[in-house]
Parts: sequence; structure tokens; C-alpha cells
Amino acid sequence: MNPRILMAIAKKDLLEVRQNKAAWMPMVIVPIVFIVLFPLLIIVLPQLSSQAAEQLVNDPDMAMMFERLPAVIMDKVTGLNAMQSIVVMMLGYFFAPMFLIFPLMFSTTVAAESFAGERERKTMEALLYTPASNAELFFGKMLAGLIPALLISWLSFLLYAIVLNAAGWPLFGYIWFPLETWYPLIFWVTPALAVMGVGMTVLISSKVQTFMGAYQASASLVIVVVGLMLGQFAGVVYLSVGVGMLIGLLAWIIAGVMVFVSFQNFNRAKLLVSSN
Amino acid sequence: MEPVIQVTNLTHQYNGHPALNALNFSASKGQVVGLLGPNGAGKTTTVRLLNGLFPPSSGEMRVLGYNPVEQGEEVRRRTGVLTETPALYERLTARQNLTFFGTLSNLTSEETKTRSEELLRMFELTQRADDRVQTFSKGMKQRLAIARALLNRPQILFLDEPTSGLDPEAAQQVHELIASIRDRDGQTVVLCTHNLFEAERLCDKVGIMNRGRLLEFGTLAELRQRHAPGLWLQIRFYQSAPASIPSFPGLMEALVEGPLAWKLRVSDESLVPMMISQLAAGGAQILSVQPQAMTLEEVYFKLQNAQKEGVA
Repeated sequence: MNPRILMAIAKKDLLEVRQNKAAWMPMVIVPIVFIVLFPLLIIVLPQLSSQAAEQLVNDPDMAMMFERLPAVIMDKVTGLNAMQSIVVMMLGYFFAPMFLIFPLMFSTTVAAESFAGERERKTMEALLYTPASNAELFFGKMLAGLIPALLISWLSFLLYAIVLNAAGWPLFGYIWFPLETWYPLIFWVTPALAVMGVGMTVLISSKVQTFMGAYQASASLVIVVVGLMLGQFAGVVYLSVGVGMLIGLLAWIIAGVMVFVSFQNFNRAKLLVSSN
Repeated sequence: MEPVIQVTNLTHQYNGHPALNALNFSASKGQVVGLLGPNGAGKTTTVRLLNGLFPPSSGEMRVLGYNPVEQGEEVRRRTGVLTETPALYERLTARQNLTFFGTLSNLTSEETKTRSEELLRMFELTQRADDRVQTFSKGMKQRLAIARALLNRPQILFLDEPTSGLDPEAAQQVHELIASIRDRDGQTVVLCTHNLFEAERLCDKVGIMNRGRLLEFGTLAELRQRHAPGLWLQIRFYQSAPASIPSFPGLMEALVEGPLAWKLRVSDESLVPMMISQLAAGGAQILSVQPQAMTLEEVYFKLQNAQKEGVA
């Protein structure tokens, strides 16, 4: 495989994504909402309004969540005041699975544009007449999905850390984020989910004719993340370092299988038939 | 001369339906070979097979000495293909399109840049090189798509319906271009078309296809010889034609076309001077003698109709 060809394919796909608002707009808006607006609401609003803070601290649902917290988290919030505990619990623990939406969302968006979009715009055939091998075409396109997914996820994490510490400084007076549980999620689970998102989208793209079709079908993967979130709220699962590593391992295995199956199906004959 | 394309009993089926049926033909270096036929004749399938996009159901192929089934990448490194639709990245600029395909054709960055500029200039697209392709006219897109096919200086250029949907002016430009490619660079061109005028004008050899079968293959003269042997002559007379058509040696067919014209088919052109002098000696006032070769269109429809009637 020629890395220059892989990069050329990835670059071309990203250039095309840049021209498709429907593809990149959610990649900008969603992180802004989740990593800037939502945390600011939780941290800053109670600081500005004592009534809001009181409501939050005395909220019965909040009390129930505290009751369900595993002992290991309770240790982390011991010694913190009520408001600090709420911020750590909400933004430090419960918010973590939400973050896993990013690699899935970004990778599926670009991969849908790259695989299904190419067919939708009837440009696939010209690509197939080039001397690039099937592997170069496949992994070049995969790279196009992975690069923005990982870059934006990691940049979002960095921005999230900055927002949380800057906005939380009056409340904590020290840098409290990231918590150790985030590292496996960001550097182990996130890449696995990005690969999984691409693999799933390639499989779906061979069945649907349009970018939107592939994008919407792949978006169903977000259910995995929603499941994790609900599990945390219900106290069934807690994303500790160990659990994060385990989820990552599982995600890598699923991603590996998906990529393998997708690659087996990625050949010129099948692509031509599906693009006609 | 060693053929650059050699196809023997090439057969292909899509989901059980025959797309190609025992195709046999060859093309030599520097020839323009036309594959003619209606939609569904198997022209595009032939191009795809020759470029190794998928293997045939049976039969043998050699392209530039390579087997496209096993050495598809080697073949595609040496061929250029203009697909039926331009298949350009419309959101990218003309230059970005060429740069991308140049890289995928294994050209170095420097080669890609030089070659792209050269082709943009050749196709009069330099002024619009940095505009998005979606702003181009149909003719400009087609020119850019041909430029893309020429990026790697292919030894064989496949053109699938190169003038389809173009206005006469743009089509004329493409015709001139194809002729110049052959004359200047000695490339072999495989032209898939249902434009018979285009084929007659440009092709050294033509293959007439229908429903996956190659009904005929050869030079236009060979096709004429096989399907309309002899030579048609149109003879016009001044004021009046002789009362009847005399019988000449080698006269195969005779038609009266109005009071002042005959149409005669003779077995060989060497008989024409003798025939004319006999007519003149008999008092015929000959105004003009016009040889009329059978057109490709006539051969084409003769074959297609025969195929329809199940004769061919």
C-alpha cells in the first residue's frame, strides 16, 4: 500500500466533506452544545443564581443519583461541598459516555459521505479505473473517516477540560479535570468506536444509495452510547478505568470484525454493481 | 504487429443474464477501434473487463501483454478511461480533480503538476482551473474528463460515448481531439459509441455489437466488402437518360432513379471506365458519375435488422 495514495484519497474525501454543509455542520454544532454550552449551564448558572443552586442541591433526583453512586465515586466526592459534588458527578462521571458519541458521529458522517456519497454522485467508476488497489481505496477512505473523528474528539476533550477548569475555577480553586476514568475512554475506547463507526458505515453503504441513508442508518450506533449513559444513571454500570478498558477491548474486537467483513465486501465488481 | 488488445471467446454474465457472448477481436498500436451498438450491447462491459474491474465468466484477454484478471493494476497503470458520464468531483476544482487522479495514477507530485498544467492548457481550461467543476458547462466537463483519462499518458485510451449529450460544436472539438491523439501520440483508442457518423469518421476498425454479441469486426472497407460487395455508382444524364439500362459485364444491380439518373452496382471499380465509355459511345449524355460507397450506417442497420430477425 502506497501511503501517498492513501493520503490523497483521504484528503480528497475531506475536501468534499468540507463542501457539504449537511455533513460538517453537525460536527461543529454538536461539540459546541455538549462541551461548551451544557457544562457552562451546570457550572456557571448555579454560581450566578443562588436560587438555581439551591434547587439543584435539593433536587430529589439528584439525591437519588448520589445514593446510587458506587463507593469508589463516593470516595472521590467526599470532602467536596454540595455544588462541587454535583459538578463532579454530572460533568466528571455521567457526562463521560456522552463524549463517546463524538467518535461515532464524526466517523460515520465522513464515511457515509466518502463511501455512499461517492456512489450517489456517480463518481465511483472513475475511481475504480485508477491503478489504486482495492486495499488503497478502502483504507484511504477509512482514513478519511478516522482523521476528523479522532482529531475532533481529542480537541473536544481538550476544550472540555479547559471549559470545565476555567468555569469551575471560582467553585474549586484548582484544576479538577480530567479525572483518571476519562483516559481509557478518550485514548482507548474513542479510537475503537471511530473504527467501528467507519466499518459499520461501509457495510451499510453497500446497501443504501445515498449519503443521508447511510448516515442515518449508521447513527443507530449511538444507541450503544445511550445505553452506557442510562446504565450509569441507573447505577448498573460505572465507567471506571477497568470498565473503560474492557469496553474498549470489546469495541476493538467488534471494530476489527466489522472492518474485516467490510473489506471482504469491498471489491470493484461489487462496487460497480451497486453503483449502477 | 503484436496486438495491444487481444480478446478470445470473451463471455460474461450478470446474474445469469448474458452480457457478452464469445467476443473475439484485436486491436493494434495506433489504431482507433470503434465498438458500436445500442444500449445494452455490451460495449461498457467490454471496457470494464479489459481494465480488470472484474473477471469474465469465461474467455481470454490480453491488454498490452497483461492479463487484466490477474494484473488489473498493471493494465490500469497503462490505460486511460473516459466513462460514460464524466464522473468528476463536482465540488472540487478542475485542478484538484487532476491532482487527485494524477496521484492515484502513481505520478510524482512534480509530474502531476506539470502534466495537469499541460492538459489544462491543451483543453483550454487554464482560465477555469481553480473553479469548481459544478460551474462548468457539459462540454467543459467532458474535456476535463478526457484530460483526466490522458493524465498518465496511456498507451490505450478507452472512450465511452465521448460526445453523448454534447452540442455539435463541443462534439466537433472532441472529434478533433481524438484524431489528434492518435496522429500525434500513436495511442490506441477504443471508442464505444452509438454515433455512427463519429465512428465512420474516426475509426480504423469497427465492431458492431448487439446484445453481447459481436456481429461484425473489421475495417469499413472489409465490412462493405462482406455486406455490400461492389461499388454503387450514381450516373446523372443531361436532358434525358437512355431508354434502358444495357447489360454490362460485372453489373450486379441497377436502379432507375427518376428520368435523369441511374444507380448501378458493379462488382469492381476497374469496370467503371469501360462502362462509361460504352454508354457514351451509345449516345448517352452523361452529366456526372458519382461513386457511392455503402455507409457504415447502412452496414450497421443491415446487421442490426438481421440480428432482430434472427438471421445474423
